[in-house]
Amino acid sequence: MSGASSRHEPATPPADSSPGRTPGIIQAKDLHKTFGSMAAVDGIAFSVQKGEVFGFLGPNGAGKTTTMKMIACVSPRTSGSLTVLGMDPKKEPAAIKARLGVVPQETNLDPDFTCFGNLFTYARYFDIPDRVAAQKAGELLEFVQLTEKRDVPVEKLSGGMKRRLILARALVNNPEILILDEPTIGLDPQARHLMWEKLRALRAQGNTIVLTTHYLDEAARLCDRLVIMDNGKILVEGSPADLVREHAGQEIVEVGMSDDVIECLQDLKVPYELAGDMIQIATGSSRDIVRVLLDRCKPEKVITRPATLEDVFLKLTGRKLRE
Amino acid sequence: MTGMFSIPPISRRAIKVWHRNLVVFARTWHVNFFPPLVEALLYLFAIGMGIGSYIHEVEGQPYVTFIAPAILTIAVMNSAFFECTYGSYVRMYYQKAFDAMIATPLSIEDVIAGELLWGATRSVIYVLIMLPVLAAFGVISLPLALLAIPLAFLGGLMFAGIAMCFTAVTPGIDTLNYPAFLFITPMTLFSGTFFPLTILPVALQYLALALLPLTHLVAVMRMLTQAAVTPVAILHLAWITAVTVLCCIVAINLMRRRLIV
Repeated sequence: MSGASSRHEPATPPADSSPGRTPGIIQAKDLHKTFGSMAAVDGIAFSVQKGEVFGFLGPNGAGKTTTMKMIACVSPRTSGSLTVLGMDPKKEPAAIKARLGVVPQETNLDPDFTCFGNLFTYARYFDIPDRVAAQKAGELLEFVQLTEKRDVPVEKLSGGMKRRLILARALVNNPEILILDEPTIGLDPQARHLMWEKLRALRAQGNTIVLTTHYLDEAARLCDRLVIMDNGKILVEGSPADLVREHAGQEIVEVGMSDDVIECLQDLKVPYELAGDMIQIATGSSRDIVRVLLDRCKPEKVITRPATLEDVFLKLTGRKLRE
Repeated sequence: MTGMFSIPPISRRAIKVWHRNLVVFARTWHVNFFPPLVEALLYLFAIGMGIGSYIHEVEGQPYVTFIAPAILTIAVMNSAFFECTYGSYVRMYYQKAFDAMIATPLSIEDVIAGELLWGATRSVIYVLIMLPVLAAFGVISLPLALLAIPLAFLGGLMFAGIAMCFTAVTPGIDTLNYPAFLFITPMTLFSGTFFPLTILPVALQYLALALLPLTHLVAVMRMLTQAAVTPVAILHLAWITAVTVLCCIVAINLMRRRLIV
């Protein structure tokens, strides 16, 4: 496990699902899920390797959560193949679930119990003996920095504390795979950073983590590899750095929108994109572009910045609002 | 989709769900133990002794002795029914407790089976609290009336199963009022509880026996508390067992259809 390696040099090589590679800890091929006539997941293939952080990104309704639920053995697939830890969720759900930890999108802590009670009760569902469960619950409260809230009813916790407690709950059975659906949704920056820190610590211990997120900076920070989904299909797969390089270039030059600038860019045959009231130009060398722009186009405002995963995301999935 | 009548796979893990509910119940025992106690006393005073002072005998028994088994069975019905309608619905829909549970080795079948067992257990607890009160008033015949305890489990399981079928199909918590008022309330009154079934027109008697599960439970319970068991008890118990098995199976299958998509 190369917990010390940089985020931008993934421990595992850029992946594909081609034969010959080590079989992944999670393997999906031609995976489909339909609700009535609606295809929520429309023939996807992916392979998650042991010890990596694998992300599912995509707009609302892309099929991320549905995919998570199929992996977590709570939603049966319509067709295709899926194996988790070498087993079929349809045939051995209990055996798979015993080795998974799940952080759901919705906070579903048990309001009838305290923080400790939530972990202890949950551990029982995994057939963990009471004495071990109590010890584990104490350790996990410390891990997520909730030791002081041990005997507080969960209703009294802040949003960030609840998410941390859910993370702790997902760890009671020492899972081999951690499945997180929007782990930091609705959290303030402090709470998000704490959550990231915990997830990195878990990865460093050799855990396999599968997550979905809407926060692209989060995906770029955490994921070794990720896929971007839309309309139930996988659009691209790769490490965050590779995806940015391939699909968004190295830098983005943003220019204030005006007809003159657009005309000028068209004359210069520089490819550009419209993003609200800004014109975006993806480039390998912003210096040259900016110089030409300033000399020839008389722009009002020019900003240069490194390209990010967000640029890739918006380029691939479009700017249209999803409800 | 699996058929509504196919026998669902249930593991012994269902006990974990039952245990969870028991722990929560036990922690608030002081609120939970009070209602059955008060309910028994209220019925005894208001109906048994209040109305009973005008009615001297029913079927050769003092009126209060006549309604004592009804007090027990109505409690069996209400505790299991309301636990597995409103109680289970809150845990399922508002607390998302079932979602959390099925992320563990528990299956949805285990979860629902655990809820049903818990509903039946609540009925038993109610009867356990009420029996000493009724015994103190001398309106039940011991020791045969102690068989009310296992009967409460069977009857409780039946009403838990019926309740869970409604919970599985209700669009929201408000619509659970329909079975509560259109099914449970009339059943409370027309099942041979506060007056003998034989007072009703014959057609209605058959209707009650066919459609109102409480009728059979009251009949058996009355035989126990009055120490007058007849072979007809076997028919009543057979009816109750058949309906219990059927409703519990359908309830689990309906819940699976609702929650596993």
